[in-house]
Amino acid sequence: MAHSGNPIAGTGTGSSPRQFVARAANLLFTLSLTFVGLTAITFIIGRVMPADPVLAIVGDRAPREVYEAMYVKLGLDKPLIHQYLIYLVNVLQGDFGKSIMTTRPVLDDLIRFFPATFELASIATIAGVFIGVPMGVVAAVRQGRLTDHIVRVVGLIGYSVPIFWLGLMALLVFYARLEWLPGPGRIEVYYDGIVEPTTGFILIDSPTTGFILIDSAMQKEWEVFHNALSHIVLPAAMLTTFALAYIARMTRSFMLDQLNQEYVITARVKGLSEMAVIWRHAFRNVLIQLITIIGLTYASLLEGSVLTETVFAWPGIGQYITNSLFNADMNAVIGGTVVVGICFVGINMISDALYRIVDPRARR
Amino acid sequence: MTRSAAVPPSPSRRLKIWLLSDSPESVFHARCQRLYLGWRVFSGNPIAMTGLLIIVALVLAAALAPLLTQGDGTEQVLSRRLLPPGAEHWFGTDELGRDIYDRVVWGSRITLYIVGLVGLLVVPIGLAIGTVAGYVGGWIDNVLMRFTDIFLAFPRLILALAFVSALGPGIENAVLAIALTTWSPYARLARAETITIRNSEYIMAAKLQGASGWRILYGHIAPLCISSVIIRLTLDMAGIILTAAGLGFLGLGAQPPLPEWGAMISTGRQYLLDQWWVATVPGIAIFVVSLGFNLLGDGLRDVLDPKSGGSA
Repeated sequence: MAHSGNPIAGTGTGSSPRQFVARAANLLFTLSLTFVGLTAITFIIGRVMPADPVLAIVGDRAPREVYEAMYVKLGLDKPLIHQYLIYLVNVLQGDFGKSIMTTRPVLDDLIRFFPATFELASIATIAGVFIGVPMGVVAAVRQGRLTDHIVRVVGLIGYSVPIFWLGLMALLVFYARLEWLPGPGRIEVYYDGIVEPTTGFILIDSPTTGFILIDSAMQKEWEVFHNALSHIVLPAAMLTTFALAYIARMTRSFMLDQLNQEYVITARVKGLSEMAVIWRHAFRNVLIQLITIIGLTYASLLEGSVLTETVFAWPGIGQYITNSLFNADMNAVIGGTVVVGICFVGINMISDALYRIVDPRARR
Repeated sequence: MTRSAAVPPSPSRRLKIWLLSDSPESVFHARCQRLYLGWRVFSGNPIAMTGLLIIVALVLAAALAPLLTQGDGTEQVLSRRLLPPGAEHWFGTDELGRDIYDRVVWGSRITLYIVGLVGLLVVPIGLAIGTVAGYVGGWIDNVLMRFTDIFLAFPRLILALAFVSALGPGIENAVLAIALTTWSPYARLARAETITIRNSEYIMAAKLQGASGWRILYGHIAPLCISSVIIRLTLDMAGIILTAAGLGFLGLGAQPPLPEWGAMISTGRQYLLDQWWVATVPGIAIFVVSLGFNLLGDGLRDVLDPKSGGSA
């Protein structure tokens, strides 16, 4: 077992330098393979499947020479694999082409629209964790009793309800009838631009983050802050419904696994209070497993906000993609898909890596 | 087993004894017993039974749509547009004067069509890739699983969106898009099952008898993978319905005048503030049906999957 070096580092826990390099290489390989797959599929969707991409750009009344010039400009005269390689290189450079709708490079658009989605998904994930985890724990502790059934049914309802419909119903009740909350949009029109919500958070020279809540709080524009907060409540609540259902369900099943372990019996026999057994012993082990689940939720909310954004006219990536879709703006659709896909894969990879770091059992 | 008691028991009692006897006399007998025992567990689970009831109701509604409705849900009576729910129109009428109740009932056919078609596409693909990868192993396994993982890593709704936008809207394209983004977990599942079965003794026995690789795959391994695949499919059904409804809502699924529930919500959106029923009713239909599939899937897992032991 023991390697020549440090006996602790080499006892097969997989932390010797060579194994580390092998693992990192493997991870890199998986990542790049996924990336190649993602771009290949979007390439097929965007370039190969549409009947005539040239026609989509120049229109059907374009003269012959314009059509042919565009045909060559798009590189359609080259072999397919060559076209793909060009596409891949472009994507790697962040070049997704220009959006027909906004006439700006797609990447610029995506950077502009991304923070809104990010803000929404972050709030929903945080809310989902803070409500869903205790729910799951309580359900597991009271397995088979009324509390458990209630949590189970609430979870199933959260899984089953069409979020876009729930959003419409929420607008109907809280905006139209009760008038408690504002309607669609991210902020009232007359507050627009005060905290420059349109700048992307990647631009380092701008002092804004693109998160309207954080920006307005930093600039002490409390009126704007309140307005933005009241706007985000409904869409965030919709996404939270889904996050909550998933997190509660997984927490419950992880917690049940732990509660059936022998160390829990030991802790009880030792005379520890039930609270200590549940939260300090069992829950700590669950916490590690939850990292993956939370990552998964976060990633799926980033993409799942498409419909919610459409319903609430939320100026995020989802709305950008659907709007581009109706304008046959393929560059924008494909660019959005690739970027969301990369975030999706990236978040999953990060949560997986975190899990391996935190849980020594998963290092093998 | 002595079945001749002093007092001859009633037929139903005899059936029960037959179903519960300790030593089944034939394969058919054993299968009936297993079904019966499974049913006993299943029917004792109120959540699962509710799910089953909902799905049965859905299938009945789809099958008996001509009997349950006045027309086929596409006749327009413009003088009776946007009527509130009442005795004559249970769920009211929509912006073209079509009866919403009729449309919801006929819409169940579209929902079943989508769900069924996706299932028919996804299960064979997943089973084929998963069992081959698990049984053959080696580099074939590696290649197939990497391929599966790529699809597994994708954001499903967005990929389906992009797919439909390239192919053009329509039910068949929506089904294709959903299937393309749904098959990968089945391959993973089938592979995992295959690996646990691969080295069992009865597979060895089949090999010794000279069964070919294909015969072992589809005759001995695939049937054993089916139960977990079916559970997974039932649990996925709700997601498939929601995705299809979402595509319909965005106008990318079934096209008008087809009474697809998601598309109905989308038109109802314009009348939301004053004629709430137009968008509300189809949403409830989607919710009830996907809840039904979720409940059923949960129950089926408890019954068919002894490993979960009813705890999950």
